[in-house]
Amino acid sequence: MRRIPHFFRIFFGGSFRKPIVDCTFAADLNSLYSSLGMIALRKFYIVLVFSALSLAAFGQNNHTDHDHTGGSHAEPATEAAHSDESHADAGHADAAEAAHGEGESHGCGHPAEENPEFNASETALHHIADANAIHIVGDVYLHLPCILYAPSAGWTFTTTSAFHPHHHGNGTMAVDGYVLVHGNVMRVKDENFPKGEVAVTGPTHEEREVNGKPKMIYFVQANGNCYELDAKTSYDGGMLGGGITSFSDFSITRNVFTMLLTVLLLFFVFRAVAKSYKTRDGMAPKGLQNFFEPLVTFIRDDVAKPNIPKRYDEFMPFLLSVFFFILGLNLIGQIPFFPGSANVTGNLSITLVLAVITFIITNLKGNKHYWEHIFWMPGVPTVLKVLIITPIEILGLFLKPFTLMLRLFANVTAGHIVIISFVSLIFIFGDAGESMSGTAIGAAASIPLTLFMMALELLVAFLQAYIFTMLSAVYFGMATEEAHH
Amino acid sequence: MNLATIGAGLAAIGAGLGIGLIGGKATEAIARQPEALGDIRGIVILTAALIEGAALVCMVLSFFVG
Repeated sequence: MRRIPHFFRIFFGGSFRKPIVDCTFAADLNSLYSSLGMIALRKFYIVLVFSALSLAAFGQNNHTDHDHTGGSHAEPATEAAHSDESHADAGHADAAEAAHGEGESHGCGHPAEENPEFNASETALHHIADANAIHIVGDVYLHLPCILYAPSAGWTFTTTSAFHPHHHGNGTMAVDGYVLVHGNVMRVKDENFPKGEVAVTGPTHEEREVNGKPKMIYFVQANGNCYELDAKTSYDGGMLGGGITSFSDFSITRNVFTMLLTVLLLFFVFRAVAKSYKTRDGMAPKGLQNFFEPLVTFIRDDVAKPNIPKRYDEFMPFLLSVFFFILGLNLIGQIPFFPGSANVTGNLSITLVLAVITFIITNLKGNKHYWEHIFWMPGVPTVLKVLIITPIEILGLFLKPFTLMLRLFANVTAGHIVIISFVSLIFIFGDAGESMSGTAIGAAASIPLTLFMMALELLVAFLQAYIFTMLSAVYFGMATEEAHH
Repeated sequence: MNLATIGAGLAAIGAGLGIGLIGGKATEAIARQPEALGDIRGIVILTAALIEGAALVCMVLSFFVG
């Protein structure tokens, strides 16, 4: 009978069975130990990860500004622009009032409506996005380093504490023309903006049509003038409609910080596990080792071996690394407060890097048989090969990592959005803090639904890590399969 | 409310039908041959992931193009 680790039996509906250290496992201890050691030490993959990560970093916008005249005044708002605090809950009403006053007196951005409507989708998108500072509670932030580069102004090294953020991550200081808006660093478009630290108020915003799409433009006020801000940099380089900005942000953001934290945690956990195979040689596994052994054997016996029958040993380090990396980030992302709360695997650039690594390994390890089936499928008429099979196979070559990237991103992001939407029920029913009974009804509906979703998300965290690893293994299996005539 | 939303909904219908069929057939297969559970589960997850991939491509296209 196939041996299924007990841990996964709970998830996949099998009956629970106590883990048994079978004799085949004892014989394989050596290879397992070397696999575990390789997770942390194998230089090849580390180099690959770092080069891919730096690739992603350079994929950020480092192009020059597009056609913006650096006027020191912003156009008066034409539409119903309102303060960025428009989605504020009741606790921040006073701050919102103050911001409205500033916005009005300098003539950029109209005052917000008296009772701003709570916008659930905006809140959800804001909370799953990356940010430069980690918001812990109230006005308490974990400040992170900012590494900023603008072609016209050079490098700026600072931390988010220099922006003096208050409510909603809005900074009250500008540093070298950079300001903090909603926890994200943005840059004043005006090149004549004074260097060094300048007190700013705001920000206010207005919606404007840019290339036929509505876009939010932010402003800050300083020294009685109104300054338009550039959008925050995005990892897609503006390709997906974000617009190319005048600066690049290489900062350690919330996502990067959480990723490094998780990697560090995994490193120490696996070092301890690998060590216990040395110290407890020949004995039954215990503690952490006992927890991770079924997971490692699960990846080896149910993911690697069936898909890559002969050469599975070569791919074990990568498969284990990617499985535990995704699993760790998924689980840390489930924690709704400080060490968690970052949506790392729900960030397209992270999943892109993972998918690109799978793509590179698949094609580097691809044998003659694999390439033959892509470019010159045997047993198919030549016309068909040239017209249909080869183009489709080449498209499929790129579509595989593309769906790998999207699947993880979409599943994790969708889960987070649903959870935030359920939490938003409280504010929707409670009319953003106006109605006490509505808040109570909202909470009564929201709490069980949120708990249910969180339980479901735990399953999804495991499932998505498993599926990513499994599909990677399937692609590696395809690439290394030998011809069987 | 725009066409993109409808496109995403259509993609979800397609994926829902596909994954529903997989689940139904897998249950039948497991009922017939419980000892093949491990193999069937692997195939189920793989096929569901592939269907989901197609649906995701549709959704992303609908949001960026629509």
